[in-house]
Formats: sequence, structure tokens, C-alpha cells
Amino acid sequence: MLTKRIIPCLDIKDGRTVKGINFEQIRDAGDPIELGAFYAEQGADELVFLDITATVEKRKTLSELVNKIAHKINIPFTVGGGIKTEEDVSVLLQNGADKISVNTAAFLDPTIINRFAKNFGSQCVVLAIDAKCEEDNNWYVYLNGGREKTDKLVTEWAKEAVGLGVGEILLTSMNHDGTKQGFALDITAQLAETLPVPIIASGGGGNEQHFLDVFTHGKADAALAASIFHYKEVAIPDLKQYLHQKGIAIRL
Amino acid sequence: MSLVIIQYNAGNIQSVMYALERLGVQATVTDNVQAIQSADKVIFPGVGEASTAMQYLQERGLDKLIKNLKQPVLGICLGMQLMCTYSEENDTNCLGIFEEQVKLFKPIESTIKVPQIGWNTITHLKSNLFKGVHEESYTYFVHGYYAALGKHTIATTNYVQPYSSALQRDNFYGVQFHPEKSAKVGEQIIENFLSV
Repeated sequence: MLTKRIIPCLDIKDGRTVKGINFEQIRDAGDPIELGAFYAEQGADELVFLDITATVEKRKTLSELVNKIAHKINIPFTVGGGIKTEEDVSVLLQNGADKISVNTAAFLDPTIINRFAKNFGSQCVVLAIDAKCEEDNNWYVYLNGGREKTDKLVTEWAKEAVGLGVGEILLTSMNHDGTKQGFALDITAQLAETLPVPIIASGGGGNEQHFLDVFTHGKADAALAASIFHYKEVAIPDLKQYLHQKGIAIRL
Repeated sequence: MSLVIIQYNAGNIQSVMYALERLGVQATVTDNVQAIQSADKVIFPGVGEASTAMQYLQERGLDKLIKNLKQPVLGICLGMQLMCTYSEENDTNCLGIFEEQVKLFKPIESTIKVPQIGWNTITHLKSNLFKGVHEESYTYFVHGYYAALGKHTIATTNYVQPYSSALQRDNFYGVQFHPEKSAKVGEQIIENFLSV
């Protein structure tokens, strides 16, 4: 049976993982390669590396980093952050990334989804959506790391993007992100039940129960989290054992 | 031992090469006929679309070459599908090494996604390719088309219906999953191939 996936996300700035992490098992928790390998060893099903480096020049080091990650890690990984052109994608895939994720650039020019899917295959194109529920109870798409609101409904954009060829959707609820109060179950379920591609839920996972909820009520295919793994608030082996005991199909 | 990865217009070649490097094995990536023929073992990778891949192979004579190889050959993902007789993906005649046919997943329930992306179990394991690999081990899959069950099936996976997650005929092996991305289980399977 196909399992639900647990995906730690690592934010990268200037080649280093951002958040203050301290694991006894690894020498350098700021090293994305070591931390990624540690999560892979712990049973993570995939990894996401999100480059938040501000300048284009420094981003060039990303492909070198991806190459080193690909040498070391024996599970699939996605790379995102500032990807705009076929050349960007090609370099990352050639250096061993399995998938790339696009967000703002795809919204501003949806034809890139189509071009990426055609040139590299839908299976490697992940659409990241930053979503926020407004007072009118509708979920809107936000851009530029959540700084810029659009008038586009999340459901509309997701449907359109699937039509253009995205292979997966990584949905982050800005209302829930950082709260550790649980994932956005309703919008996750709404996308998961209506779209033919897997939905990765992100934002709000704070404990084991939240992951159970997002897989059952939220119908998510995968769940992503960052700080709770980085700060050891939830350990991946314990989380997977818990989900398994609750009857969720999970890889142990 | 000389190991060759066939170079053609399909993805994941680097990932396969890095996985081999992690196991301490150096592979040569090439589409050179003589280099492929003289290798001790051949890996035929692949992420991509069947008809364009077959066309590429035919234009370079690689289709006949692969079919007639005598050393152990391992097809991965699209590589395995191309080793079957026929693929529904753009109505493509393939290499015909395995008699099984490749079909599109057609789930009845709309909640089942196509392509299948993620970790699924392999069962009914029956080949030296799976030495030391437990029944129900998890491997990583990304595919919208599947090879039907048949006489060359050496591993079965269930998604929409049971299908061939691995095939073997004589010196030809094929796996639908990605051993290069399947953590320790995948490493074991690659090691087994290297020692057949």
C-alpha cells in the first residue's frame, strides 16, 4: 500500500541551514548535507531544501550544494527558491535534485509550469502555494514569501496549475504556520479530494496528533514540517511509529 | 568489474551514478556501442516518456544492442518499461525483452492519484535480485504507467491493482521503483545486482 509521507523541510541561506539546531548525533547541524543525511537515516520519506538566499550571486552556490546532497542522500529530495527558468531547473536536476518547487514565478508566469512539465516531466514539478484564509472565509494565494496578497483563490490557482502540468502541490497555510496548533485541514482536504495530484500539507504541525489529523481529516498525501523536527519536539521515528499504530500506512 | 550506465534522453542518470558511488562503485555513462557491449554489467535508467525515449534508442541502434546483451542488465523505471513488449504511453512498441505490457493506471475512485508518487511495498519476491530483502519492504515509486503481472514478474506491488514492480528474464532485470532513491533497501538491491 502506498504510504503517507513525512517530509522535513530545511531552509538554506548562503549554503547553511537557517534555524538554530543542535543535534548530538551530528557534528554540524548548520550543514544541510549532514542534517539531511541525519533525517534520511531517521526515516524521513523525502526532504525539501528551500533556498532563501537573498542575492542571485550567492544562489549559484546552490547547485554545488545540491550536488553534494545528491551524493550523500539515498531518498528523494526537492529543491525550491528563486527558480524561474528552464536553465535553473536543468542545472538543479543535473546536479541530482529529484524535483524542483516553484511558487511566485509560476504565479506571475503560469506558462513556466507548462514548459517545465514538458521538458522535465510533471513528476519533478512541485507547485508551492502560500495560502491565507481571510475574513471573508476564502483562501487566497500569497506571493513573495507571504508578503504580497493576490485576489486569486487557492482552489482556482491549484486547479489551473494542475491543468498546466504540476505533479504535486505543497500547500502552506499562513494562518497555521508557526502556530503548532495543527494543519489547515479543510483547505487541504478540499484540494486533496478534488485534484488528481498528491497534496503535501505544510504549516501548523506541532505534535503527533496533528499529523494523524492531516492524513485522516485533511486527506493529505504527505505532511511537511521544519522547526518541530529541527528542535527535536517531534522525533521522526516516534512520529512514524505513532501513525503506524493509529492505522496510517507509513514506512517504518 | 566494469559497469556502464546507458546514456540516452532520459533523466535520473546522475542519481543512479551517485547511488553507485555511495556503494564504492564507479560507473561509466555512455551511449557508445562498444563500451556497452564490453561492460560486465549494464544499467538502463530512465525517467521520461516512452515514445520519445524509444525513438532516441532506435535512431542510435541502441534498441537492438540492448536486446542482444548477454551480461546482466538492470532497467530502472522507464528503463524497465521500455524492456517490455508494448506501452500504452503514446502507443509505443518497446524492446520486447519481457512479454508483459505497460498500461496506464485507471483508478475507479477519484481519490487515488495518478501518477503514483511515494513509498510502496514489494511482495512475492522471487529472484537473487532480492537476496536479503524482506517481503513487504518499502521502495520509492514515481510512475503513471505500470507493467502488468506476467510470467517474468519477480516482485508485485499493489496500486489500483497488483502489478509487476520487478521483472526478470535470464540476464535481464527490471525494477519499476527507484533503488537509487529507496534508502537501504534500494542499496541492497543494487548491491545484489552488482553481485549476480
